[in-house]
Amino acid sequence: MRSISKKNELSTGRSGSAGFGKKLTKQWQLLLMSVPMLLYVLLFNYGPMWGWITAFQDYKPKKGITGSEFVGLKNFKWLFSRPDFLQSIRNTLGMSVINLVLGTITSILLAILLNEVRHTGFKRVVQTVTYLPHFLSMVIVVGMAQNIFASNGPINQFLTGVGLIKTPIFFLGEGKLFWWLVGIINVWKEVGWNTIIYIAAMTAIDPSLYEAASIDGAGRFAKIRYITLPGIKSTFVILLIMNIGHLMEAGFELQYLLSSSLTIDWAQTIDIFVLKYGISKQQYGVATAAGMFKSIVAIILLFTANTIAKKLDESTLV
Amino acid sequence: MEKTAVAGKSNKIKTDRVFPVVNTIILVALMFFTLYPVLNTVAYSFNEGTDALRGNIGLLPRKFSLDSYKSILSDAAVYRAAWISASKTVLITLLNLFWTSMLAYALSRKEFVLRKLITVIMVLTMYVNAGLIPNYLLISKTLNLSNKYLVYIIPCMFSCFNMIVIRTYIANLPEALVESARIDGAGDIRIFWQIIFPLCKPVLATVALFVAVGSWNSWFDTYLYAGGKKNLYTLQYLLKMKLATTQASANAAKSTAEAMTTLGQTTPITIRCAITVIATVPILVVYPFLQQYFVKGIALGSVKE
Repeated sequence: MRSISKKNELSTGRSGSAGFGKKLTKQWQLLLMSVPMLLYVLLFNYGPMWGWITAFQDYKPKKGITGSEFVGLKNFKWLFSRPDFLQSIRNTLGMSVINLVLGTITSILLAILLNEVRHTGFKRVVQTVTYLPHFLSMVIVVGMAQNIFASNGPINQFLTGVGLIKTPIFFLGEGKLFWWLVGIINVWKEVGWNTIIYIAAMTAIDPSLYEAASIDGAGRFAKIRYITLPGIKSTFVILLIMNIGHLMEAGFELQYLLSSSLTIDWAQTIDIFVLKYGISKQQYGVATAAGMFKSIVAIILLFTANTIAKKLDESTLV
Repeated sequence: MEKTAVAGKSNKIKTDRVFPVVNTIILVALMFFTLYPVLNTVAYSFNEGTDALRGNIGLLPRKFSLDSYKSILSDAAVYRAAWISASKTVLITLLNLFWTSMLAYALSRKEFVLRKLITVIMVLTMYVNAGLIPNYLLISKTLNLSNKYLVYIIPCMFSCFNMIVIRTYIANLPEALVESARIDGAGDIRIFWQIIFPLCKPVLATVALFVAVGSWNSWFDTYLYAGGKKNLYTLQYLLKMKLATTQASANAAKSTAEAMTTLGQTTPITIRCAITVIATVPILVVYPFLQQYFVKGIALGSVKE
């Protein structure tokens, strides 16, 4: 009954909407629904861009943006003469690349394994469990990591128990291990969640492809290799572009919470640098310049990646 | 890998039989590694404080004790923080759903003349961010929101990503719903609230989960804008401060391992784990109910844009 009435409404509705004028005054209700958030976004997302001016100033909070002295590119020059800023660029990119590579490989692997599970109940349980860490706060995750990686924690217990090492490794205090620690923790937290998109792409693959392959005598691995992987290729490319656009975002909370004075040389990302100089040391001009540098590089990365992808594959993003 | 597949029929049958078993073992192991840190934390929270310093606690407490919970539940600061966390989460979620879904509807209407312009303005915010310091100066200096409860609410009322997720969902609803209501004389505001909004339950549940979890889990806003005001501390921020103290003792312990044993009866580590458990329980309660929705939701969001 309902579907019939819907169809009737459709035919009459068309003629009604055709007479609907395109004048804004007639659409005052739509305008009313969108203007508050438009103003909100202009204030909270675009408004702060006004603050980018401070990157070219010797900003003094008391004088404000209008009263502070302009210093040209001095802040940027100062930044690039600072070893700890160059270090934080290195750390940001290093951890981003590790996160990207480890994260992509593990989530595709897990998606494939999940896709091969025939028992829906078991599949659901695995998904429920592996999505869970995504919803835990970074504070909680770092607390857990401190227990797990502690000198007397389970990993050290296991390694010494098996005889791989004699004395416990001080995971949280070794600068050179920090990037990998961040990579592993991020995989633990997000691997399940990141499979969602790949699994969605896999369910979109035509099942008759698998049937035809079976008839031709293809085994499980051949089907994965020649049907599943090509089936998720476009998803992979889109996500890769998005992630390359986010290479300057290595994450901030995890490094900030997990690091200590022992590891800060390897842990300080650009975001932490900005926080340290901007909020703690109140050098607003320098910190804004650092943040602006990050944003600009991110935009360039995004458009470059998108252009490359356009040439490669026609699957575009922006 | 390919070799086994092409090698012949007997091999094919072998992999077809062995693979599910191996796969199940891998996935069970994965679940174990996922849950271990969580259960380990629970075990710590129920362990006696001084004993916990020896470490080596697995999935069960070694010396069972409720002292950590007793000491937390007698602490007024924890109740206050829980109230701040819960109230701001509820408020933000409601406000966010209200504004975000309304805009999503407006931008889903193809006849809306400002649709393109506003959409571009919105989508750009996902790629261009003014950065920490300009935002801080706006909220803290220009708007003077520091150390006020409103600093939790006002900057978090809208999210572009969520708006696009909802808009995609609305765009997939039958167009006839809107058109027939319009013939009956309903305006867009009424059409949205009476017809579209109730139909959006699945996607709204997803977005509500994202927003609520984000708000419940945030600590950085407290650190940045309300660090000087104890009345405004959230549960996550309390935890963050406990984290700092346990980490300091862990660093000290590297040089002098015995230093740790001089700490008090209920040491920060068990207290911290107990607060962790308390802060996680609300998420665990809501999560299974919303799980059926969010998988669809995230797939939707990824389809467009």
